[in-house]
Amino acid sequence: MKSAKAGASMRAKANLTGWMFISLAVLLIATFYFYPMIQALLLSFKSGKGMNLSYVGVDNYVRLFSDKTFLTAVKNTFIYLIFQVPVMIILALFLSVLLNNSTLKFKGFFRTAIFLPAVTSLVAYSVIFKYLFAADGLVNQMLMKLHIIGTPIQWITDPFWAKVTVILAITWRWTGYNMIFYLSALQNIDNSIYEAARIDGASSARQFFGITVPLLKPIILFTSITSTIGTLQLFDEVVNITKGGPGNASMSISQYIYNLSFKYSSDFGYAATVSYSIVIMIIILAFIQFKAAGDKNG
Amino acid sequence: MDKLKRILMYLFLGVAAFISIFPFIWMIVSATNKSSDVTKGTLLPGNYLIENTVNLFKTVDIVPALLNSAKISVSTTVLSLLIASLAGYGFEIYRSKVKDAVFSILLLSMMIPFAAIMVPLYQMFAGLSRTVPFLGLDTISGVVLPTVTTAFLIFFFRQNSKMFPKDLLEAGRIDGLTELGLFFRVYMPTMKTTYAAAGIITFMSSWNNYLWPLIVLQSPEKRTIPMLISNLGSSYSPDYGIIMMAIVISTLPTALVFFLMQRHFVAGMTGSVK
Repeated sequence: MKSAKAGASMRAKANLTGWMFISLAVLLIATFYFYPMIQALLLSFKSGKGMNLSYVGVDNYVRLFSDKTFLTAVKNTFIYLIFQVPVMIILALFLSVLLNNSTLKFKGFFRTAIFLPAVTSLVAYSVIFKYLFAADGLVNQMLMKLHIIGTPIQWITDPFWAKVTVILAITWRWTGYNMIFYLSALQNIDNSIYEAARIDGASSARQFFGITVPLLKPIILFTSITSTIGTLQLFDEVVNITKGGPGNASMSISQYIYNLSFKYSSDFGYAATVSYSIVIMIIILAFIQFKAAGDKNG
Repeated sequence: MDKLKRILMYLFLGVAAFISIFPFIWMIVSATNKSSDVTKGTLLPGNYLIENTVNLFKTVDIVPALLNSAKISVSTTVLSLLIASLAGYGFEIYRSKVKDAVFSILLLSMMIPFAAIMVPLYQMFAGLSRTVPFLGLDTISGVVLPTVTTAFLIFFFRQNSKMFPKDLLEAGRIDGLTELGLFFRVYMPTMKTTYAAAGIITFMSSWNNYLWPLIVLQSPEKRTIPMLISNLGSSYSPDYGIIMMAIVISTLPTALVFFLMQRHFVAGMTGSVK
């Protein structure tokens, strides 16, 4: 009886000690993630200049649908998302399968080389891409020397090509990063599964779609969700490669939030509304991706 | 047929590797050339390396920017590791149902896009500026505080703590160590590789962070390296040799860390999905 009591008080004490270990982290995450999240929601129902804000109800949300700049930014962001994320994920998967081949020579070199872009800062590589893709830049010079194009492509100043440049840049930066995730997952797959498939006469393509993709599905889902969240928040690249231009032709939603808050006469309330639109989009897209992954299973 | 397949495989990997490395080679080559040669598209190393370096340090305030970035990244890394490992250890070693629930809630914060909270965070720090100026806008603590705790890192430490041999704790208790003593004297030394991996990714993301420092830091002498590079990149009459030299210098710390500790690096990055 006595020892049971002592045991209970020991457990209570251990429990309390545990709370002390985690309290600082809980406090900081609550203060710098959840509290601002609630603040942003409250803010999204207010409007005004600088710190003079007043409640306007859902006016800000109504304004979104007639705000041409916002609609352009959403359109641009979705173009980045729809073209860039699938291309990058397929490319990364394909590269990881090639690199997982046990007979491949120079494996370490290929892996390190393809991963290298992932260690650069977003700003630094953006500036380099801006120069490489300038009208008189190296990319145009090379393409013209190889007679692939006759006149220089306006990579930065044409509304269509500016988006292409941003997509190429992001794909360069993140393909190797995603590849490493697939590669470390592939190493956990038992090789005998592939051997059995080969004995049954399954082609490489069949092995890829029949074994690799289903087994990597959780990680493909993970990377596609993180890539989606990343693309919806795209800022560094667009600001440093195209400045969102020409006009607003390559502007991203994050850049618009920044401009609304710190560049134009600041309207924090409306900026918060725009930022909540990102939250809503992330929830919807993550839901769709989970559903899609689940259905293929079924 | 099989031979053709192999050739195609090497060709594809070769092209991918070339495209991945090319911008680095061009950056380094350009840092050794004068601006007009960079524009002409030369791919051969020149002899302007020293001149570009000297001019960079003479005309651009790169030293203060490097120092600012170093101060921010080092303090972020040290604090991050301490806070996240304390929490990851606490969640795993002193498990309880309520703590597990709190942990799940913390993980939700990974889904919060920074873009959604940057405006309220700015307002929070603008408010602090008026009451406690050393924590507010335009200060290093203003940059560090909101980015120092990430659920990812707590998760990472918790996952790795699962492999920590718990009998070591019992042995330490018998030796009379306090609970906090166990953490610092037993857990920390045992988990060196976990700290290394976590430290590398935290340092990298802090060194490269652009948007939040851009919002918080307002006076030019407080600028970080990414802010400086961004400014150089958008100048109207850029000296390409000098700018490339600046980018090379700004990339050196992270590239070095990567090449010296590639294994830890990959472990830190993929730690969450294993």
